[in-house]
Amino acid sequence: MTVSSSHKAKGGDDLPLAISLSGVSKTFGAVRANDDISLTVQSGCIHGIVGENGAGKSTLVSILYGFYQADQGEIAVDGKPVHIRSTYDAIAVGIGMVHQHFMLVPPFSVLENIILGHEIKAGARNLKEAKAQARDELIALSETYGLTVDLDARVEDLSVGLQQRVEILKALYRGARILILDEPTGVLTPQETVQLIEVLKSHRDQGVTVLLITHKLREIMAITDHVSVMRGGKMVDHLATATTSPEELAQLMVGRKVLVNANYHDATPAGVQMQVSDLTLTGASGMPLLRGISFDLKAGEILGVAGVSGNGQSELLEVLSGITAPTQGQVTIGSTVISPEAGLSPRDIKALGVAHVPEDRHAMGMVLPFTAAESAALGYEDQPALGTSMWFRPAAIEDHCASLMRDYDIRPGNPKLKSNLFSGGNQQKLVLAREMSAAPRILLVGQPTRGVDIGAIEFIHQQLIDMRDQGCAILLISVELDEILSLSDRVMVMNAGQSMGIVNKADANAQSIGLMMAGVQ
Amino acid sequence: MSTTLPRWIDVGLLPLINILAAFIVSGVIIALIGENPFTALTVMLKGAFVYKGALGYTLFYTTNFIFTGLAVAVAFHAMLFNIGGEGQAMLGGIGIGVVALALGGLVPPVLVVLLAIPMSALMGAIWGIIPGWLQAKRGSHIVITTIMFNFIASSIMVWLLTGPMLREGQISPESEHFADGVLLPQMHTLFNAMGMEMARSPLNLSFVLALVMSVVGWALIWRTRLGYTIRATGHSEKATIYAGHSPQKIIMITMAISGALAGMMALNEILGVQQKVILGFTSGYGFTGIAVALMGRNHPVGILFASLLFGALYQGGAELDFEFQNITREMVLMIQGLIILFSGALVYMFNPMLERIYHRLTRGNALTQEEGA
Repeated sequence: MTVSSSHKAKGGDDLPLAISLSGVSKTFGAVRANDDISLTVQSGCIHGIVGENGAGKSTLVSILYGFYQADQGEIAVDGKPVHIRSTYDAIAVGIGMVHQHFMLVPPFSVLENIILGHEIKAGARNLKEAKAQARDELIALSETYGLTVDLDARVEDLSVGLQQRVEILKALYRGARILILDEPTGVLTPQETVQLIEVLKSHRDQGVTVLLITHKLREIMAITDHVSVMRGGKMVDHLATATTSPEELAQLMVGRKVLVNANYHDATPAGVQMQVSDLTLTGASGMPLLRGISFDLKAGEILGVAGVSGNGQSELLEVLSGITAPTQGQVTIGSTVISPEAGLSPRDIKALGVAHVPEDRHAMGMVLPFTAAESAALGYEDQPALGTSMWFRPAAIEDHCASLMRDYDIRPGNPKLKSNLFSGGNQQKLVLAREMSAAPRILLVGQPTRGVDIGAIEFIHQQLIDMRDQGCAILLISVELDEILSLSDRVMVMNAGQSMGIVNKADANAQSIGLMMAGVQ
Repeated sequence: MSTTLPRWIDVGLLPLINILAAFIVSGVIIALIGENPFTALTVMLKGAFVYKGALGYTLFYTTNFIFTGLAVAVAFHAMLFNIGGEGQAMLGGIGIGVVALALGGLVPPVLVVLLAIPMSALMGAIWGIIPGWLQAKRGSHIVITTIMFNFIASSIMVWLLTGPMLREGQISPESEHFADGVLLPQMHTLFNAMGMEMARSPLNLSFVLALVMSVVGWALIWRTRLGYTIRATGHSEKATIYAGHSPQKIIMITMAISGALAGMMALNEILGVQQKVILGFTSGYGFTGIAVALMGRNHPVGILFASLLFGALYQGGAELDFEFQNITREMVLMIQGLIILFSGALVYMFNPMLERIYHRLTRGNALTQEEGA
């Protein structure tokens, strides 16, 4: 189904379409990842593609960038039909891509990273000359596009935002006139996101076409001219951003009405369940990872922990769940004290009524090659209902999983299916179901909706609020600031392993929290 | 997007195709050296299954492969590549020798045998747990350490059999003969005693023990909590820690079990046939166990079939050597090598082809179903 957009491109009416896809299909085995996709992207525009996980966005972009080849359909770039068989072909027709996970060599300088793979351009006889040549070109490029970055800095010393800038510069250096960005803001602070948006707008003004893949509707609204919505491998609609709303987009993505913001209502916190004082953790190389963190966690409240990824949140979760022993300070749960001298294993801590939904469900929360039933027993395999200390009872474990699948609407509801065959949202629901069904007094949750689609996010948020209302003390760690703000009763902000302070719901907003995340007190 | 083939193709058809490919290439080579490959195949099959006593010999070799294959498989479930089956089996043999030589004649032979069985497992376990400990606590890679431990075991054997264990007045490196009756009963004697005809062969009770251990191994991996934890450790150490287990402990336990299984291989050779400790009785069975486990997809049922195949190759191959002028025993090694190549290194070579054919055959089906729904 094709719906052409009536919105006029800022680049002008007479320019050919930057990208035009018609009838593109791609099948993997029995799965139709892309089904008769048509898309037109006008030159000099910022065009967004939104869709849930598994909607086929990544496949579509991969076809454009030459990772996959379409089974059917035509691609035209700048009005000319093209056959993109590899990333080289893509670069040759002027398509550049900035991946979600950067493709940079950390110990190399910015300049070296940018010319990697294109070391010798015409005219240069050796690497030294090539570098000098590239330097002049890059200085010109970065001035044109407002992408200032120190070419001699080592990439590993740069912030994530600057690394992304290097990626963009790399694409432009290769002659990209069409820039594809895949979930570019996932790792950025709110301030860095604002900067990125400015950079992309200046690209548009220079005539660069930007294709933005994201699941964050707020960004789509803030930056794009047009937006295309994908669902279940199909293109469902093309809209002019000015005429749509986040609610409409969410509805198109999911295929039904959804709540964009959680159904929050005030909490009634009770007694302190977990007391953390002066918690400190020093890494193997002497790097301080946690620096004197203190807070109380009360029954019936959600304490959100905000921060840019990698500022000690993961370590905090690991110490609280017993995976890592603290270097200093203590955690008190009930009458039990955890300290460097008296460490407790994850098993001991679980026995105190603490459940843990880990940040990385793939590596930690489940065992991907296991069946869903086996993953649903992880950490609880010695529970009397599931087995004995000696024997493992597949039938009991499958029954348990089947009931979790019913209660938490996990699909497909087949406990014998391998864990890695479930979508991100359903995997996450399975982990949550396992931990919540243990009826914990304290629930530690890390990134509950990372890589999870909108429909499942709504469900997960509701479950967390319900748990809170039932009196569970919840510590919520997330890099999604919106999630923290919409669910938390109080927000603790972390920067460089330190707590930058705890803010009450009423005083917490993206501006104030954003500054604290950046380390400004 | 992962493999979309049904299970029966994945675990049934694909291995058969791989073996077939290996045999076709072997056939071509046999034809190239001027012999008829079909005659050769017939001779091999007869030599492995048909001639008098042939099946007994085939199953005797099969027994060795079951033990070493299981050993590799158990370790593999914890993602540990135990290359040390050879050394662990040698230590098992030493264990049997020590018990049999020290107690033989002093206590009833049955008791000696009953003690020798756990002793072979215990010694093998010790030879497995040390590399396990080094891996768990020191991070020394299990592949390297188990290989080294093969050499150490081999040196210990040489030292024992040229010194402390050397039979009085003997020049070839072997121990004193065990006391009368200190052996695992051979199958043909058991069968004949029950009034059933069976040709003479070295096949002994170890074969039954190997079958029992296959069941035990299956139950361990898929029906015990320990097995669950072993598999979890193999797939994701982080998840294991998260679930409250110590991967280090699991690694050591797994290596002990794996070593024990390899150690029990010595029962078949030492207590089943030789009745003395001899040098080099492991003859590479420990290494071939890796191929057996690979082919058997680390599942006891698969390992039984793979062991039977390798047992038949060993026995039938000897017959080839005997019947043909141009074919030597080394030809069998080549066929084995090709089987390992096709079902180990190239295990998924035919997968894309099978997938295409399968989907072409089933697509029409699926589409009509979709339309019907």
